[in-house]
Amino acid sequence: MSLFDVLRFALRALLGEKLRASLSWIGIAMGIASVVVITSVGDGARRFVLEEFGQFGSNLLQVSPGKVETIGVPGVVGGTTHKLSLEDATSLRSIPGITGIAPNVFGQARVEHGERGRSVFVLGTSRDACDMWRIELSGGEFLPEGEARAALAVLGSKLARELFPDGDALGKFVRAAGWRLRVIGVASPRGQVLGWDFDDVAYVPVASALDMFGREELHEIDVSFSHAELADEVVASIRTRLSERHDGREDFTLVTQGAMLEMFDRVLGALTLGVAALGGVSLLVGAVGVLTILWISVGERTQEIGLARALGASAGTILTLFLAEATLLSMAGGLAGLVGGLACTTLASWLWPSLPLAPSFGYALAALATSAIVGLIAGVAPAVRAAALDPVEALRAE
Amino acid sequence: MIELTGLSRRYVLGGETIRALDAIDETIRSGEHLAVMGPSGSGKSTLLNVIGCLDRPTSGSYRLDGREVAGLADHDLARLRRREIGYVFQAFHLIPRMTALENVELGMLFDGVARNERRERAVAALERVGMGARAHHRPGELSGGERQRAAIARAVVMRPRILLADEPTGNLDQASGRAVLELLDALHEQGLTVIVVTHDPGVARRAQRVLVLRDGRIVRRMPAVELRSLDEALAGAVP
Ligand SMILES: Nc1ncnc2c1ncn2[C@@H]1O[C@H](COP(=O)(O)OP(=O)(O)OP(=O)(O)O)[C@@H](O)[C@H]1O
Ligand SMILES: [Mg+2]
Repeated sequence: MSLFDVLRFALRALLGEKLRASLSWIGIAMGIASVVVITSVGDGARRFVLEEFGQFGSNLLQVSPGKVETIGVPGVVGGTTHKLSLEDATSLRSIPGITGIAPNVFGQARVEHGERGRSVFVLGTSRDACDMWRIELSGGEFLPEGEARAALAVLGSKLARELFPDGDALGKFVRAAGWRLRVIGVASPRGQVLGWDFDDVAYVPVASALDMFGREELHEIDVSFSHAELADEVVASIRTRLSERHDGREDFTLVTQGAMLEMFDRVLGALTLGVAALGGVSLLVGAVGVLTILWISVGERTQEIGLARALGASAGTILTLFLAEATLLSMAGGLAGLVGGLACTTLASWLWPSLPLAPSFGYALAALATSAIVGLIAGVAPAVRAAALDPVEALRAE
Repeated sequence: MIELTGLSRRYVLGGETIRALDAIDETIRSGEHLAVMGPSGSGKSTLLNVIGCLDRPTSGSYRLDGREVAGLADHDLARLRRREIGYVFQAFHLIPRMTALENVELGMLFDGVARNERRERAVAALERVGMGARAHHRPGELSGGERQRAAIARAVVMRPRILLADEPTGNLDQASGRAVLELLDALHEQGLTVIVVTHDPGVARRAQRVLVLRDGRIVRRMPAVELRSLDEALAGAVP
């Protein structure tokens, strides 16, 4: 019997019992659909985050004040907590392997030029930030070397456009927080990255920013280093250096970009696995459904099986026919689930265009294959039962 | 040619052995038209099933055209059933969800005959039994006689050499029964070995020869023309 004929025969038999068959494939469909949706959400999120991170330089780490990993609340358990000072930041420059230091302070301020003004993020940083964050300039240059106070500013493209609608901002002066700043550079448009609008900012020297906002401490220090392999070494050196400066206490937190990505990946992985497991459970339920339906079907079609034997079907042919039925039944569920899942993700990305969704062809194929295999396995017991029927008794069955 | 030697089919039920067939010795010529009679439970269906390779003898020998069949594997028996043997049942056994045509195609389907050829041959077979116009009807839309004619078309579409019919007219009225019997006669005329199990002496008399079974044994062999009733045949049997 040819494979085509086997499949046709099985399909006809299934179509003869649509309602009952549908009961069993719905379980499979739900399993596959949930797997499709979740993997596309997970994949989309992962891709999104990787892309966003990719917009920064690589080999970055961040030092922030306070220790989040320890149990004690900083500043409560014993003594004073040292914040991160500008001197802390500059002291890191001498650590081998470190290629850039960006001591950062930020705050909201109104930046004005003539009649025009705009409330934006003012970011105090150093020249190194330019490379670290891959800031490109459409004109002028970035902040000068060193951490010295200076009345200078680099404007984001949108801010520049708003303040200087008809042309060149370079060399002009803007006012912010009581300072009169000379515009030395304008950044190229970039858009939002990880929720941060790079175009609506003003960069100023860090020391100036500390003054503007009346602060003593930095919000964070971004550090770049030359090779990924140096990460551990650089982290250790920074830890030693800062602890020394802070009376031997580690009251700051170090996070490398790699560790951040890794953590994100772990969370996402756990989430995906969890939902995949849920999908698996629903597949299992579907499989039990397929098994049950087919088992009942074998009972009801005993005479038909006996007849098939009398007409010359071997036990092997009967086995094949029922396995084909189980596989088709399950694949129908798989296909329905695939279509349903893709419909869901399409609808979702239509309703919320910013949602990062990436339905993957590979996953879809894997889902179909999984449903086929699940069906095949679920079909074994009923198919073996059908094939083992004694033809004479099967024919005599009621 | 069918040669049965010491052929037995026993069932063990609750420690008790039932001899459905008990040491049968019989030879059935190719092209013979044979009727099998006997009281209920005498082993007629069992005999037919063994000859039809649907059941295996517990002991003894069954040679089909000189070839020992008793020890063949399931796969080989299935091929014999497909190609050498046609079955007609009292209960018709048509698959309800399939049209008459599709039912007739079944045997060819299992034999791997290509679809177009299947269709052609099935249509021709249905036409030969006068069912051409009913080819696309499902069994539920056919009368008993029509169903049995479709079943006969199905039994012979593979051009078997043996046609086995177990009470083929048992569920039919007189007229439909006669039509079915005429078909069987015609098939015999074309050279098929036809074996009919029946309770009806009228049916048996259309055969050439009658075997009478009792308790799994052949108790009488007689020319069909001499048969008057089962009781009389049994009365004249060797004890
Ligand atoms: N599967 C089985 N298990 C036990 N005994 C069986 C089985 N099949 C048949 N028998 C017994 O074998 C004997 C012969 O049965 P068979 O069906 O051949 O009789 P029959 O002559 O065809 O009867 P009927 O005219 O009623 O159809 C009977 O006694 C029956 O009870
Ligand atoms: Mg019987």
